[in-house]
Amino acid sequence: MTDAAFPDGANGAAPRTTTSLLAQDARTRKRNAAEARFRAYGIAAIAVGLVFLAVLVSSIIFKGVGAFQQTFITLNVELLEEKLDKSGTRDIEAIKKVTTFGYNPLIDAALAQAIAETGIENPFSKGKDLRKMISSGAAADVRDYVIENPDEIGKTVEFRLLASSRVDGYLKDRVTRESLARDKNLSPEHLDIVDALAGAGVVTKAFNTDFITGADASESRPEQAGIGVSMLGSFYMMLVVLACALPIGVAASIYLEEFAPQNGFTDLIEVNISNLAAVPSIVFGILGLAVFIQFAHLPQSAPLVGGLVLTLMTLPTIIISTRASLKSVPPSIREAALGVGASKMQTVFHHVLPLAMPGILTGTIIGLAQALGETAPLLLIGMVGYIASNYPDGVIEGFMAPNSAMPAQIYEWAKRADPAYYERAWGGIIILLLFLMSMNIIAIILRRRFERRW
Amino acid sequence: MSAFWLLIILLAFAAVGFVLGRGRALASVNGERRRLHSLPNYYGSNVAMLAFVPAVLVLAVWVVVQPLVINSSVSNHIPAELYETGGELNLIMSDVRRVADGLDLAVKNGMLTTDEASSIDTEATDLRALLGEVGVALGSEIHPSVLSAAQVMRAQIATGNLFRSIVLLVIAAAGFFIAIRMTSGEFRARNMVERGIRGLLIAAASIAILTTIGIVLSLIFNTLEFFRLYPARDFFTLLEWAPSFSGRGGASSLGLLPLLWGTLYISVVALLVAVPIGLFSAIYLAEYAGPKTRSIAKPMLEVLAGIPTIVYGLFALLTIGPMLLSVFGDDGFGWMQGQRSVMTAGLVMGIMLIPFVSSLSDDIINAVPQAMRDGSYGLGATQSETVRQVVLPAALPGIVGAVLLATSRALGETMIVVMGAGAAARLDLNPFEAMTTVTAKIVSQLTGDSDFASPEALVAFALGMTLFILTLGLNVLALYIVRKYREQYE
Amino acid sequence: MQDIKITARGVQVHYGDTHAIKDVSVDIQDNTVTAFIGPSGCGKSTFLRCLNRMNDTIDICRVTGDILLDGEDIYDKRVDPVQLRAKVGMVFQKPNPFPKSIYDNIAYGPRIHGLARNKADLDDIVEKSLRRGAIWDEVKDRLHAPGTGLSGGQQQRLCIARAVATEPEVLLMDEPCSALDPIATAQVEELIDELRENYSVVIVTHSMQQAARVSQKTAFFHLGNLVEFGDTDQIFTNPSDPRTESYITGRIG
Repeated sequence: MTDAAFPDGANGAAPRTTTSLLAQDARTRKRNAAEARFRAYGIAAIAVGLVFLAVLVSSIIFKGVGAFQQTFITLNVELLEEKLDKSGTRDIEAIKKVTTFGYNPLIDAALAQAIAETGIENPFSKGKDLRKMISSGAAADVRDYVIENPDEIGKTVEFRLLASSRVDGYLKDRVTRESLARDKNLSPEHLDIVDALAGAGVVTKAFNTDFITGADASESRPEQAGIGVSMLGSFYMMLVVLACALPIGVAASIYLEEFAPQNGFTDLIEVNISNLAAVPSIVFGILGLAVFIQFAHLPQSAPLVGGLVLTLMTLPTIIISTRASLKSVPPSIREAALGVGASKMQTVFHHVLPLAMPGILTGTIIGLAQALGETAPLLLIGMVGYIASNYPDGVIEGFMAPNSAMPAQIYEWAKRADPAYYERAWGGIIILLLFLMSMNIIAIILRRRFERRW
Repeated sequence: MSAFWLLIILLAFAAVGFVLGRGRALASVNGERRRLHSLPNYYGSNVAMLAFVPAVLVLAVWVVVQPLVINSSVSNHIPAELYETGGELNLIMSDVRRVADGLDLAVKNGMLTTDEASSIDTEATDLRALLGEVGVALGSEIHPSVLSAAQVMRAQIATGNLFRSIVLLVIAAAGFFIAIRMTSGEFRARNMVERGIRGLLIAAASIAILTTIGIVLSLIFNTLEFFRLYPARDFFTLLEWAPSFSGRGGASSLGLLPLLWGTLYISVVALLVAVPIGLFSAIYLAEYAGPKTRSIAKPMLEVLAGIPTIVYGLFALLTIGPMLLSVFGDDGFGWMQGQRSVMTAGLVMGIMLIPFVSSLSDDIINAVPQAMRDGSYGLGATQSETVRQVVLPAALPGIVGAVLLATSRALGETMIVVMGAGAAARLDLNPFEAMTTVTAKIVSQLTGDSDFASPEALVAFALGMTLFILTLGLNVLALYIVRKYREQYE
Repeated sequence: MQDIKITARGVQVHYGDTHAIKDVSVDIQDNTVTAFIGPSGCGKSTFLRCLNRMNDTIDICRVTGDILLDGEDIYDKRVDPVQLRAKVGMVFQKPNPFPKSIYDNIAYGPRIHGLARNKADLDDIVEKSLRRGAIWDEVKDRLHAPGTGLSGGQQQRLCIARAVATEPEVLLMDEPCSALDPIATAQVEELIDELRENYSVVIVTHSMQQAARVSQKTAFFHLGNLVEFGDTDQIFTNPSDPRTESYITGRIG
């Protein structure tokens, strides 16, 4: 087996060069240079990735923070009795008959007076030109107040009213004098007035809680738009996902891990689960549309339907993480339980499942966080073009009445192509990301606290 | 009786059964618990299970089947002259349903007595106004045959519900009594109950299969319907996408190819961004980085994976788009017309895919055995030579699998392309042009104004079917490659 | 008496806080097979890996003392381990062929070190190495088949051929037969005997019989110390240190 004939002593084609180890020969130097370059590529790649992350995060923060502040005008509105309650009887029905048209002149007068107090000239003769500086919803606010407090009629009450979206944009540097040249809403004279009022403290920017708690508004009133109603819609959807996906996911995992025999049916289930994990979310939207809306006639755009679709999407995630948790419980525990005479089912439910719970909860929270951010399937079940303008009353309505969800609301705002709405979209993203971040942090804390090293 | 109340009654049955079963079991051994085979609660649960589960299963099936049966039976009552197409029949049927619902509501609110509701006719009463008062809005005056169909429907529903209640109560009672008779000290209640629970577990696991079946069926039926209305050949070969608004005259060109081109082009751009960055990051983190660097850089890259796609979509629309426009648009190179383009969407999608590629590759590279690296170092290779010539070739099947999975993800992505790539379907080579994709069109066709039975809306299902098959194929291919070449070094 | 190839003086190795190698000094001669024997965990593999600086790949490992190859300190700051390992080759315990063809397995070393001027040269080197590894006849017709498709013994001979392809001067072998069956072991031991005509071979083995069969010089390690070093015959028939005798007679280890 040995090869007797090989070329004597010395070497193959190239003569062996005995070089000193202490000197790096040219080739080694070149190879080390290539090594350094290779390392540099790796570091560059990571750096590029982190730069992208930084740009994304700073984009979100800088552009979205503005949505939490809104411009308000503080006016002293004289609630003239002859306009609001001609009969003087404070009859609610009669007062209600006065529409917002009736309130507008009162607001115009208050605004004119505030301007006069600053000393600047008012170049507008007609009240409604001046009114362009105030949100078109302001009159409704005043009217609501009067209907609730009819005794205030006749007095002068201080109102903090929303300024119009353009004024708000001006104070946030979104709107410049040049861009107003072609705008029919405001003109540079308006801006002078705004400057003067801002100086006098009549026009202020303040933290806008209505953005977080309020309802969406129509296209023309971005200053009033809020994400509160959609947040509730998302909340109901997550409740549905939690109530459906967790039990079903855990039950399926228990079957697959503990009871399923090695046969074709089990393989079929496993193949389906891994396929479903990779199906694009929009296909789930199509499924939801065809089965839940067309076939089962559930209401369009309802959180219940959204929740059911998201349940199907989240199931593979929950199943995979639950199976991993169940697998990590050592067989010795199962053997000990069986050894004292527990049945297999009792072993699983009394011993294995409680020990696997922390991992299962962590996986569920992460699955919920993923579901919270999904948009495409919701668009297909009707949450597009929907203006979430009312809080649902009652729990059943919360599930069944058409509503929006946070991601769908953000998409809706982005579609309206108004810089004021863009700002709100970014602000909505900040809120969405805050939710996601807290959920992930809770999941990490849970994992750290309850992780057991077997 | 409504399904809801029926359910409540069944639950009550189950609760009573539990208590009675338990009591009977204990009585059969004169109170000596030890002589029972199973714990007393199992006997109770056994009765509850047999009373509740068969009845609930029948209820579930009934609730699904009854409307279908009644629908098709009532459709036969609509005279054929009133409609031409299946779509028109559906519209008429939904009117019939609404009238039936409205009449029921009117009776419930006391506006009509039951007799009046059954004998009402369109001549004598202004039915439309009446229904309007109850909250049912109808688009036009009610045709007498619609009204009579509605009456038939109401009658059939009432009969059906009656039968339903009777059948279910009988089943529940039967289950109840059978279970009670079974109960005795020797009866192995726990085994019975555990078998039932096992059945529940199997059912839960089967939901995965049901979901897939649901997806496939909903896609197939609607796609076939689409191909009935629009030639399949045109769908697969036309180079133009121009749907006409339904009913406004002019035929639509619904070609798949421009959309597929947009999808593929954007995915290629995304992969060109994600694969080099992701792969090199993974190589550095797996081979070179110390534990501290790894513990900082890896989670930060993972953050990119957790960001919802709507955020990326907005990022593409409002940040990257204008950025690219300022460089490549009219003020710069002049290649770019608008903010939305293949480049915008592709770049942002690439950013989204970086952690995907990176973390999968990281796992794969770490799985290459250290012995192989040692063999290479022992021969005097530098680290980069070892990575390039030994580790990467060994990891190649896994990395190819990861890239295929990333591609599949890119093909199915919706929000980024809807917001960043525009709505114009184009077959163009310029990456700075706006080109739409399959997914964007699925959204626009199903959420637009098209009538639901028209080819313009149904095409979305055909597009969905194409997407489903493509992504499924890629996933299967990825799995196959990984599995086939994994034996190399094991 | 052969030339001294490697000189080690006062070598200490620390793994973190563990003192693994304590003050070892030994001379390795050229054209000789030197065996390192000793019970498990005594440090023989650790010391072997110092000779080609493979311990560099382990972060917590610290090596002090002098190790000279042909009079040059291999731990000198100017020395690139990459160049060192071309001169000092290594064969590992478990055969680890690359997932490449047999040809590419052998050609890898010469390629990265630039030892071949053209394809003909490379073919020569590959053939020569495979002959040196006593496996040429078995694989000459399938040089492009994957290296992982060979049997265990063949794979190890492939790895030996791979190690000699870079024209090393010293060949380090870390328990090369422990993963092989007796027939493959016999083949490799025969090969080792031929290799000493061209290289200086250091072999770590836990089998005393193997050491007695293949080596001319033997070093006995125990708990990190080099207890005794000398001619193989002398160590096995007339050891000086009582610990050596205990090990050889089977009382320890």
